[in-house]
Amino acid sequence: METSLSGAMTPSESVFKGIKDAGIDFIVSVPCANLKELIPMVDAAPDIIHVPVTREEEGVGICAGAYMGGKKPAMLMQNSGLGNSINALASLDILYGIPLLMIMSHRGVEGEPIVAQVPMGELTPKLLDTMDIPYFLPQSGTDPAELIIRAWKVASEEKKPVAVLLPIPFWRTQS
Amino acid sequence: MKRIDAINEVAEKAKETGALLIGNIGIPCKELHNVCDMQANFYMLGSMGLASSIGLGLALSRPDKKVITIEGDGSILMNMGTLATIASQEPGNYLLVIIDNGAYGSTGNQPTATSKGTDLAAVAKGAGNKRVYEADTPDNLREILRFVDAGVIVVKADPGNTDAPVIEMTPKEILERFMDISSQPSR
Repeated sequence: METSLSGAMTPSESVFKGIKDAGIDFIVSVPCANLKELIPMVDAAPDIIHVPVTREEEGVGICAGAYMGGKKPAMLMQNSGLGNSINALASLDILYGIPLLMIMSHRGVEGEPIVAQVPMGELTPKLLDTMDIPYFLPQSGTDPAELIIRAWKVASEEKKPVAVLLPIPFWRTQS
Repeated sequence: MKRIDAINEVAEKAKETGALLIGNIGIPCKELHNVCDMQANFYMLGSMGLASSIGLGLALSRPDKKVITIEGDGSILMNMGTLATIASQEPGNYLLVIIDNGAYGSTGNQPTATSKGTDLAAVAKGAGNKRVYEADTPDNLREILRFVDAGVIVVKADPGNTDAPVIEMTPKEILERFMDISSQPSR
C-alpha cells in the first residue's frame, strides 16, 4: 500500500500531525508495537493530556468523561482492543451520542507474523460495520493527517465513535 | 447501613461542594435520581464498570472542578484496572466512593467476591492509591466526607434496594443537561 506522507514525515509523525491538526487534546492509549513511536510523541505534547490505560473498555469510559469535560478525545489502540470495548462503545458512546476517535493499529492483515492476530484482524471491519461505526483507511495519494482530521470531523458532527484503521503496510516505512 | 444511606451522604456532599457527580448503573442511579436529582448528576445507564472511568476522564479534563463517582463492588470488580489508572494519575479533584454491599443489587442480590473476602480497600491501596478511607456507618462516612475531596472511600453496607422509580430522561437529555455545566468554564 502506498501512502502519500506529508513531506518526509514517518507514518507516526504524519498521524501525530493529524491528531494535532484535528485539535485532539485528550488521548488514552493501550500499546501496540506499531504505536511505539507515536505514543511517546503524544506523551511529550504539552497540550495533550495522555492517560495510559489498562484496557480499551476503560479507555472508552475515560474518553467519554473527557468529552463531558469539553475535550476532544482519541484512543490509540490495537484492533484487538475493539473486542474489549464493544459494550462500552454501544451502551455508552452510541447510547448517549458521545464522539470518540479510535486510531487503530490494524494487525492480523497482510504481513502479519503472529497467527493469533488473524481472527480479530479479519473480524475488525465486520464488527465496525455491524455497529454502524464509520471507519477510514489510508489510501494511496492521501495524506494520513487529512484522514485523521476527516475522521474526527465525522465523530464530532455525528456524535459517535469512528475508527481510523492503519494496517501493517502503513507502518512499514518506519523501522 | 444500606446503599441508600451512603448515597444520601455523598449527594449531600456533592450539593454542598458543587461537585460533578457520576451515578452508577442500575438501581444506584435510580436511587440517586430519586433522593437528589441535580443538573450536576450524570446517570450512567449502561456500560457497567465504567462509572469510575468516566469520573476520572472528567476530573483530568476539569481540574477546576470537583468530581465524585459513586461505584459499587460488582462494578469495581468488573473494571479493577480503574484503580491502577486512578492511582497512576492521582487527580487531586477526584473522589471515588465505592459502596460495597457484597451483592449484585440490581440483578437479584447474587453475592459478589467481596462477600467471600475480597477487600476492595486493600485492592485500592495495592493498586497504588495513597488516600484510601473506610466507612461503615452514615456518621463515619459523613465525617470522612467532611475533610476528603480526593482518593477512594470504601463504604461497607448491607444489601438491599429501595423502590426508586425509573429515570424518565432519555440518555441524550441526561448528557445535554449535565454538559451544560460539566463542559463550561467555571465562573
